[in-house]
Amino acid sequence: MAGTTITAAPTGSLPLDESARRFTAKRRRSLYVGAVVFAALAALPYAIRDVYLQNVLVLTLLYAALSQSWNILGGYCGQISLGHALYFGIGAYATSILFVNYGITPWAGLGLGAVIAALVALAIGWPCFRLGGHYFSIATIVIAEAGLLLVQNWDFVGGAMGVQWPFNPDAWATLQFAQDKVPYVHLALGLFVATWLVTYGVAESRWGYGWRAVKDDPAAAQSLGVEVFRSKMAAAAISAFFTAIGGGLYAAYVSYIDPESVMSFRFSLLFALPAVLGGVGTLWGALVGAVILIPITEISRSYLGGTGSGIDLIFYGALVMIVSLARPEGVLSLFKRTRKARNAEI
Amino acid sequence: MTMQALVQVLASGLLTGLIYGLVAVGLSLIFGLMDVVNFAHGEFLMLAMYATFGLVMVSGLDPVVLMPLVAALMFVLGGTVYVGVVRFAMRARANQGMVQIFATFGLATLLQGVAQYLFTPDYRSLSNSWLGGKTLDLGGIFLPWPQIFGALVSLAAFGGLFLLMTRTDFGRALEATREDQGAVALVGIDCNRVFALGWGLGAALVGLAGAVLAVFYYIHPGVGGAFALIAYVTVALGGFGSVFGALAAGLIVGLVEAATALILPPSLKSVGVYALYLLVVLVRPQGLFGRL
Amino acid sequence: MSANTSGPILRVDDVTLAFGGLVANRDVTLDVARGEILGLIGPNGAGKSTLFNLISGVYRPNRGRILFEGADITRLPPAERCRRGIARTFQVPRSFDSMNVLENVTVGALARHPTAAAARRAALETLERVELTHRTEAVAGELTPPEKRRLEVARALATGPSLLLLDEVLTGLTPSEAKAGVGLIRRVAEAGVTVIMVEHVMEVVMPLVDRAVVLHLGSVLAQGLPAELVRDDAVITAYLGERHRAA
Repeated sequence: MAGTTITAAPTGSLPLDESARRFTAKRRRSLYVGAVVFAALAALPYAIRDVYLQNVLVLTLLYAALSQSWNILGGYCGQISLGHALYFGIGAYATSILFVNYGITPWAGLGLGAVIAALVALAIGWPCFRLGGHYFSIATIVIAEAGLLLVQNWDFVGGAMGVQWPFNPDAWATLQFAQDKVPYVHLALGLFVATWLVTYGVAESRWGYGWRAVKDDPAAAQSLGVEVFRSKMAAAAISAFFTAIGGGLYAAYVSYIDPESVMSFRFSLLFALPAVLGGVGTLWGALVGAVILIPITEISRSYLGGTGSGIDLIFYGALVMIVSLARPEGVLSLFKRTRKARNAEI
Repeated sequence: MTMQALVQVLASGLLTGLIYGLVAVGLSLIFGLMDVVNFAHGEFLMLAMYATFGLVMVSGLDPVVLMPLVAALMFVLGGTVYVGVVRFAMRARANQGMVQIFATFGLATLLQGVAQYLFTPDYRSLSNSWLGGKTLDLGGIFLPWPQIFGALVSLAAFGGLFLLMTRTDFGRALEATREDQGAVALVGIDCNRVFALGWGLGAALVGLAGAVLAVFYYIHPGVGGAFALIAYVTVALGGFGSVFGALAAGLIVGLVEAATALILPPSLKSVGVYALYLLVVLVRPQGLFGRL
Repeated sequence: MSANTSGPILRVDDVTLAFGGLVANRDVTLDVARGEILGLIGPNGAGKSTLFNLISGVYRPNRGRILFEGADITRLPPAERCRRGIARTFQVPRSFDSMNVLENVTVGALARHPTAAAARRAALETLERVELTHRTEAVAGELTPPEKRRLEVARALATGPSLLLLDEVLTGLTPSEAKAGVGLIRRVAEAGVTVIMVEHVMEVVMPLVDRAVVLHLGSVLAQGLPAELVRDDAVITAYLGERHRAA
C-alpha cells in the first residue's frame, strides 16, 4: 500500500450511499444478534435446573453487566478506573440500608444508589480527570480504599460487621427468592441488557464518538471540538450509575454484605477484567470475557479452592496473565482476524 | 498531649516512614525506567517475607544474616518476571496500559496462590531473631529495635542506590534508558538487559523491605495488599519514577500516619495519608518530585 | 458568524509565550486576510508550531491577544475555537488509531452537525473531497503516513472551518503525492477557507501561498509576497543559510 497515488477513487454518489447502507445494515445486524443472544440467555436457566450452575449463571451475567458498565468509562473513554468497587459498594449499601433499616423496597434502593454513585463519580471526576494515565488509576484506587475504610468505621451502616438482610418470603417487591434462582438470572440479564443497549445507543452517538476520540488522543479530540472534560464526566456518571445497580442486585442476591465483600480493591479489578479479556471498548467484549472467566473462576474455586491450597489462585492468575499477554486486543479480536483472513482468501 | 508523646509519635513515624520508602522505591524505580506500574509489587514483598521465613526455618540462622541472600533471590525473581512476563506485555500493540495492569495482576494472584500452596494461608511470625521484641529506651521514648534496624537498612539501601545511580556504568545506563530509549539503543546498550536488571534491582529493594518486615510483622499470603497500597500512594506522592521522591514521600506517609493515629481511631490511620495524597496530587499532579 | 467580513479573519496581536526561560514566541503580530493562503515558514525551532498551538488554543500567551472574526479568543478553550471555525492538523499526525477512517472524520463533523447520522453523511462527503473514500473502513492505525496526513486534513475540514491551520502536511511526501496535496489545498482555498500553512521546505510552499511570514527565533523576521521574500537578505541568511549548511 505504501506510496499509493492511485487516489482516483470511484467518484459519484455510489460509495457514499453504499457506505451509509452498509453502516445501517451492520447496526441492524447487531440488534438482531443481541435479541437472539438475550432470548437464549433468558431461556437458559430453565434448561439448567442445577442450582450450582444457576448460581454460576447469575454471577456470570452480573459480572458481564458490571464489566459492561466499567467498559463505558474504561473501554470507550479510556479512563482506566480501578476504583469501581466504590460505586458497587454504594449501590449495595443504599439498597441494603433502605430495605433492612427502613423497610423500603430494594427497587427504590437500586435507584437511589445509582443516583448517589453517579453524583459521587462526578465529584471524584471533577478533580481527578485532570490527572493523566497511571496517576488517574492510582487516585481511583486510593479514593475507593478510603471509602472502604470509612464504611468499615461507620456504625450506621453496620461498620465492619455489615448488613444482614432479614428472611423474607419470595417476592419481586423485596427481590427475595430463596426457593428459585431463575428470577436472579433474569434480573442480572436485565441489567446486562440495559448496559448493552446504552452502549449500543451511545457508541454511535455524539458522546460515543467523543469518548473514543478522547481515549485515542485527547489533544486531537479537543482540536475537533470535543469537550474532553465533559465527555469524561458523562462517561464516569453513566458507568457509576449502572455499577451501583449491580451492587444493589448483588446485595439482594447474597442477602448479606460487609465492607470487604463488596468494596475491596479486588472487585475493582474483577469488574474491569472481563471487558479486558473479551475486548475493551467493544459491544460484546464484556459478555464474552465474563462467559470465559466467571465459570472457570467459580468451578476452579469449588473444585480446587476448597482445601485452601491456593491451586485455584495459581490457576486463575496464570489464566489472566496468559490471556492478557496472548490477546492484548481481547478474545473477540480472534474472530475479527479470522473474518478478515477469510475475506482476504475470497 | 505531652511533649514526650509527641516526640514518640514523630520518632515512630520516621522509622515507619523510612521502611515505607524502602517498600516503595523499587516500584518507583521500575516505573521511571519503563513506565510500567507493577501490580504484583505487594506480592514481591510478600514473597520476600516468606523467603526470609523459609530460610530461617531451614537454616536456623538469624533473619538479619539472611537478608543479603533474600535480596539476591528477589533480584533473580525480578529479572525473571521481566524476561518471562513484562517483556511480552511491553510488546502489546493495543491497550498496552491495560495489558500491563492485568498481566501483573494475574502474576500477583498466581504468586499469592503459590505462597498459599507452599505455606498454607496461616499467619506466621518469626520470633527467634535477636532483634525480636527488644526496644530501645531513650529517656521514656520507646523505639522497637526491629524498626530501628529496618530504618537503618533503608538508609543504607538509599545510600547504595545513590552511589549505584551516579557512580557505576550500570547506573548511568539505567539513567540514560530512562531519558531516551531510542537513543540508548543507538549507542549499543541493550534495553532488554537494562530493563531486566532494573526489575531485578527493584525486586531486590522490595526484598530488603520484606526481610526487614518479616522480623516484626505477621506473614501471610495476603500481606502484600496493604503494603502495595501504601507503596502506590508513596510513589504517586513522591512522583512516579523519582527514587528520592519515594524516600521523602515514605517519610511523609509514615509521619502523617502516626499523627492521624493520635486523632482518629487506629483503624482509620490511613485516612490521613489518603487525604494528604489526594490534596498533593490535585495541586501537583506529577507528585512532589516527579517530572511530567 | 459572518461578523465584520471586512477586517482580517485572524489577528495575532503582540503575542509572547515563554516556557520557563525559553521564549517560543516573542512580540508576534500578524494579520491574516480572509480567503488567503498564508505560508508560515522558518527554520526548525522558529516557533511555527507554537504559534499554531496559540491560535488553536493549546497554549495561552503570556502577553498579547488573538482575535478571530473580530472577537477576542485569547482565553477560549480549543473546543470552543473549533466551533467558531478554527481547525488544525498536527505536525506529527494524531489520528484516532483505534477508529476507522470514517469514524475519525465523523468526530470532526460532529462539531457542526447535531446528530451522528448527519455527521456521518458529512464525513463521507468530506472523504470524497479529499479522495480517501477507498479507505473509508480502514482502521486509522493501519494507514500509511501520507494517508494519515490526508485523514487529518479531512478531519479538520469536516469541522467546517473558516480558518484551516495545516502543520507540515506536505512534508515527507513523494513529489506526486505532494502535487496532489497542493491541488487539495488549492481546492480548499477556492471553496472560501482561509489557510495558514507551516512548511519547512520553501520550494514547495512558495508557489502555493499568496503571502508568507518568516519566523526566526520566535519573532517575525519578514513578511510579504513569496517572490520578494526569496530575495530578502535576512531571510536567506536566517533560513536558506541554515538549510545550505545542513545540506
